[in-house]
Amino acid sequence: MYKFLLCWRYLRTRYIALVSIVSVMLGVATLIVTNAVMEGFTDEFAKRNNGILADITFESRSLDGVADADAHMREIRRVAGDYIDGMSPTVVVPAILGYSVGKDYRTLQITVVGIDEESYATVSNFGRCLQHPENRRDLDFLLKDGGYDTVDFQADDLALAAQRPAMVNAGWRWRRQLYREHRAAIAPPGSLDGNPFSRRSATTSAKQYVLRAQDPLTASAPEGEDFDPMREQHIGCVLGISIGSFRTSDCVDHFLILPGHDVEITYPSAGKPPKPLSAKFTVVDFCDSKMAEADSTLAFVPIRKLQELRGLIDPSTGVARFNSIQIRLKPGADVKKVCSLLRDNPNFDPFAYAVGTWRDKQAPLLSAIHLEIILLNILLFLIIAVAGFGILAIFLMIVVEKTRDIGVLKSLGASGSGVMGIFLMYGLSLGIVGAGVGTVLGLVFVYYINEIAGGVSWLMNTPVFDRSVYQFEKIPTTIDWLTITLIVSGAMIIAILASILPAWRAARLHPVEALRYE
Amino acid sequence: MSDTPSSSTPRASGRIHFSHLAATTAPSGFVGRVHEPLRRARPVESRPAILGARGVIKSYRKGALSIPVLQNIDLEIGRGEFVAVIGPSGCGKSTLLHLLATLDVPDYGEIFFEGNRIDNLAAAGRDILRNRYFGMIFQAYHLLPELTMLENVLAPAMIGESALGYWLKRRQYRERASEMLRVVGLAHRLKHKPRELSGGEMQRTAIARALVAQPHVLLADEPTGNLDKATGEEILALLGRLNREQNLTIVMVTHDREIAAAADRTVTLVDGRVQAA
Repeated sequence: MYKFLLCWRYLRTRYIALVSIVSVMLGVATLIVTNAVMEGFTDEFAKRNNGILADITFESRSLDGVADADAHMREIRRVAGDYIDGMSPTVVVPAILGYSVGKDYRTLQITVVGIDEESYATVSNFGRCLQHPENRRDLDFLLKDGGYDTVDFQADDLALAAQRPAMVNAGWRWRRQLYREHRAAIAPPGSLDGNPFSRRSATTSAKQYVLRAQDPLTASAPEGEDFDPMREQHIGCVLGISIGSFRTSDCVDHFLILPGHDVEITYPSAGKPPKPLSAKFTVVDFCDSKMAEADSTLAFVPIRKLQELRGLIDPSTGVARFNSIQIRLKPGADVKKVCSLLRDNPNFDPFAYAVGTWRDKQAPLLSAIHLEIILLNILLFLIIAVAGFGILAIFLMIVVEKTRDIGVLKSLGASGSGVMGIFLMYGLSLGIVGAGVGTVLGLVFVYYINEIAGGVSWLMNTPVFDRSVYQFEKIPTTIDWLTITLIVSGAMIIAILASILPAWRAARLHPVEALRYE
Repeated sequence: MSDTPSSSTPRASGRIHFSHLAATTAPSGFVGRVHEPLRRARPVESRPAILGARGVIKSYRKGALSIPVLQNIDLEIGRGEFVAVIGPSGCGKSTLLHLLATLDVPDYGEIFFEGNRIDNLAAAGRDILRNRYFGMIFQAYHLLPELTMLENVLAPAMIGESALGYWLKRRQYRERASEMLRVVGLAHRLKHKPRELSGGEMQRTAIARALVAQPHVLLADEPTGNLDKATGEEILALLGRLNREQNLTIVMVTHDREIAAAADRTVTLVDGRVQAA
């Protein structure tokens, strides 16, 4: 009992010891904030990746793929059906995208993904990333009359969301305008000469990049005599939003292509050797998955059309070849287990098929983030370790100061372990106070991190967190209670370790010498 | 004074009996544990004395240098006796007191308590002896500055009991401690810290602390050394009263013959030896 009482009284009267735990407090707070932000970024990254990529991808090792998706899906369901929520076959092929801006014809390397509109919605959140509300409900690859979103509807805070004013024209209206002007004149007055920057001189507002009617893709030969671009569209395609747009620092998206525009995709045919083939597509929507890589390289088209175009359909049987099957698992299913079930299935020759998760695809980045988290934790934990030496020094001082009292306690029958207990408990109490206050401080910091970032930006007159760079409206944070528990326990263990030596010295004091100490 | 628990409990002779402690302060399980290390001590012939030293030699070492302090001390203190140990500074009287109180161990010789050898007890056994059977007071009072007077007096009980044991009997202990402070005339100072009290009051508190566990022997090391004459006499009178009324055995170390006169018997130490009376 005397241990608790003395420990409590020492806590209340020795302010110097409280000073020593300020560094414990700061160390704990810093660790909590750093981990919350790092985990927030990782979670956001995972969420966005999983939005566009399915949980597991079952891939053919050849671009030309293998035949009969249905048979493969049946086999997958037989092996791991209990864990599977949905599956969708896709055809993935590298391609060149060509489009016109004014008289300028531009090309770009992309990846064309042929998707089955119905089943693809069950394996990824692709549908939720589209810019037209009807397409989000049900994608039909048809150009809409209008009604495309003019702000980033996925933003948590619409006030901070990216603005897309040009999208107000998107759709049939834009398409008709394009082709009307094309028919009226090859280069209408005031139109673009192909260089978007020269637009500044042509418009009153220097900062507004206004996409004007321009020479559309029809500069190349029209599809057929009876094809009327004013009323008809080519095969619909959904482009990653960054393919045809760029973002300025005021968080406004400017578009080189809008839904309604025609683009040309050049892809390899199936066969030996592959030959380049081209087809026209009409952009019907944009996919904004918030994953820079996906948004700047992926173009989605209907799978059946792509299979036809590439010659993946057996003319005699009508059975099509496919590249990969996207698999979404039931919530809580063990991804690794399903992967190994599929890999171990003797019917799936590992020389022909690859099974992986989105994490495998992002492994270099994920492992870099993981390493960064570990290093930061080690470095920041050293702060607490340094604080431990502070506690050690102050405790040794307190033990010297309390030498006579220790002698008195021993003369009253206190054991060495009892005296040791006072100082260990004292160290633990300091650890609890330091870690506790540090935890509260860290959590408050995390809770108000955006306000704090705003304040620091205002003070330093430069943005700490640039929304246009990170593509986040806010700094993402995730509080992981297990991490916090580990940090707090670590701080307490260090506080106890630092008090072991002083406590042991106190316990070893000879009572007679301690009583004589002046 | 007659209403204090100690005066109403019989003191056994020859062997240590714990029944009176069990009844007032200590739980029976705890007492069983107390007795164990004492029983392990080598039994010797029963002596009438409560506390004694036989052939005790003690020297302090500083490197290769050995400074003899006590040289073959034989001493017996009878039950209920008030003994003063006097001698000039450095004669080893405080060392003798520390050896009797088991705060230190002799190089040679034996210390006896209630007929049992105690100098060779394990640390745990000596801790229990100091906690339950010996009360100590010092020249510099040695109160714990962070605790109030009442808490200082309660310290031996807190040390002797487990946290839970103390908590369960805290009311009983607090009553006993308040009673002891009342006995030494400090009933109105329970909540004060040591620095708010005079030397005499602090020494009286120290006496209350020493007596709260109803010890068999009170060991006093220059109890009046830091006090003025009048206050010193008050303390001596208090000790004398406790000796007479509660039959408390007191061993007091002092360098002052006048103060030693208050005792029943005086033992004079000169150069680490007991001088023949």
